Amino acid sequence: MPNTGLEREAAAALIGGGPTAGDRLRVGFIPLVDCAPLLVAHERGFAAAEGLDLDLVRETSWANIRDRIVLGHFDAAHMLAPMTIAANLALGHLKAPVVTPFVLNLGGNAVAVSTAVHTRMREGGGAVSLADPAATGAALARAIRAGAARGEAPLTLAMVYPFSGQNYELRHWLAAAGVDPDRDVRLVVVPPPFMVDALTAGQVDGFCVGAPWPSLSVDAGVGCLVATKSAILPKSPEKVVGVRESWAERHPDRLARLVRALDRAAAWCDDPANHEDLAAILARPGYLGVPAEIVMRSLSGLLRTEQGGAAVHAPDYIIFHRGGANRPEAAHALWLATQMLRWGQAADPDAAYAAARRSFRADLYDAALGRGAAEPVTGLTPFDGLRFDAADPAAYLAALPRPPGPAAAPGDD
Amino acid sequence: MVDTNLTILVIDENPVRSAILEDGLREAGYTNVVRLDTTQELLRRVFAIDPDVILIDLANPSRDVLEQMFQVSRTVKRPVAMFVDQSDTAMIEASVDAGVSAYIVDGLRKERVKPILDMTVSRFNAFDRLARELEAARTELAERKVIERAKGILMKNRGIAEEEAYALLRKTAMNEKKKLVEIAQSVVTAAQLLG
Repeated sequence: MPNTGLEREAAAALIGGGPTAGDRLRVGFIPLVDCAPLLVAHERGFAAAEGLDLDLVRETSWANIRDRIVLGHFDAAHMLAPMTIAANLALGHLKAPVVTPFVLNLGGNAVAVSTAVHTRMREGGGAVSLADPAATGAALARAIRAGAARGEAPLTLAMVYPFSGQNYELRHWLAAAGVDPDRDVRLVVVPPPFMVDALTAGQVDGFCVGAPWPSLSVDAGVGCLVATKSAILPKSPEKVVGVRESWAERHPDRLARLVRALDRAAAWCDDPANHEDLAAILARPGYLGVPAEIVMRSLSGLLRTEQGGAAVHAPDYIIFHRGGANRPEAAHALWLATQMLRWGQAADPDAAYAAARRSFRADLYDAALGRGAAEPVTGLTPFDGLRFDAADPAAYLAALPRPPGPAAAPGDD
Repeated sequence: MVDTNLTILVIDENPVRSAILEDGLREAGYTNVVRLDTTQELLRRVFAIDPDVILIDLANPSRDVLEQMFQVSRTVKRPVAMFVDQSDTAMIEASVDAGVSAYIVDGLRKERVKPILDMTVSRFNAFDRLARELEAARTELAERKVIERAKGILMKNRGIAEEEAYALLRKTAMNEKKKLVEIAQSVVTAAQLLG
């Protein structure tokens, strides 16, 4: 059944009594832990306090989210941070500028591999630890090389969308270990709800995905956690709220109220005292529909890396608010642009950097909240220690390890 | 003027709907229609089928798998572009409302695809209407069953005739400002509780 939203609108009109239709925002989301601030803004009254009524619409794919934001079906949406940049670069799809005034979270993703790959990573004394992406990456690289030497098919690793933090984290981590993500492994897209099944059926050997799916694979006894986004790319944005640039220009007041509601909701989400309530909200069938206990693991950062294993603490596994997490920093967007260039998704550096700056709108965030950055963000330092300085993205790109062999031709589509 | 040589792939987990669509396309002269109702190993199958047009149900999360076809990689034989440009908004609106999305091979002219998408949108909409009517009929049947059971309970417990039992239900519904079926359901529930 296509959800045209007509029934919802009619029902809402019947029930009435809420804010006027002018203050109703339709917001698309994908059922993942990191949509929490949107749900909480609605559920805990932070949106209502700003005179907004959020009509939350659960979606099934990032492509649907993108199309429906561009078409105006949604006023705002839960989006992968790089999606906004891709929209502004008009990378083969609908050409409509999308901006983000608010980052929903930092971190939250994890890499899981099959139990078989996990065993191989540990062979030969390989160190496998969430705290050490370099050593763990090296262990995976050894397993990949050993498999190639035995003439086995390359491992298949999944992520959720071409323009996603998951894609870039996985690639960055593999490349730092000397693995060429375009040659030494097969990288495929698998929608989050299908990840655990794909791992169970042996269609994929591992994946990088947002909570709660990695933990669900552990509990199903098919996956083991080996790395986290929070360790690979400390304090980097994962999901954002995307709105059309034209909508932001037409409705500055509504946008500011949305930012304020989300600011309070994100602060609420970050408070450990609220985690149990938050897990219960996220667990509801209409939202994520998974056990609250699994959600709780990602909120607390107390992860189980293998079935029946002891809890391992992953510091800052997911950050909703603290340390200025919600401010859309140009430096972060520029790092994402370097990755689009690095992996051949974008060809023109100037266009990519311009699109990045156009996407992440710290000015909108600052105007809504009447405050600037807690401290200036000038770059990003991934686990490999190679610092990205936003003042010179080209130098960073040149310094990154290049995989051997010809680089992929950039797509002009 | 129909391109009978275009290969059209329909990805829909609802086999009835995709069969209805395939019939429509065949009637219109498109003979190369392939249907997939599972999304396992989707990309590999898409490359094997090598379609000119892909139609996918919007409720299918695997739409994101197709997005990968835009990416340059050694597995892609030819890029597929979404059937979109700024002038197409009405067409996109219609397809999104019908719950379907289209992808076409790069370079395929829009006017060649339009009749295919028109057909898809109208068949998806027709299927949606049918499904709703069926659902309404099912609900009505279920409601009638509940009312029959409630009448039976009242007849047995109060020793009254069928018309009387029905009149009692109707009167209670009017007094309570509730639907007849709601009153009937509460009678059935109460009877179950009281054994």
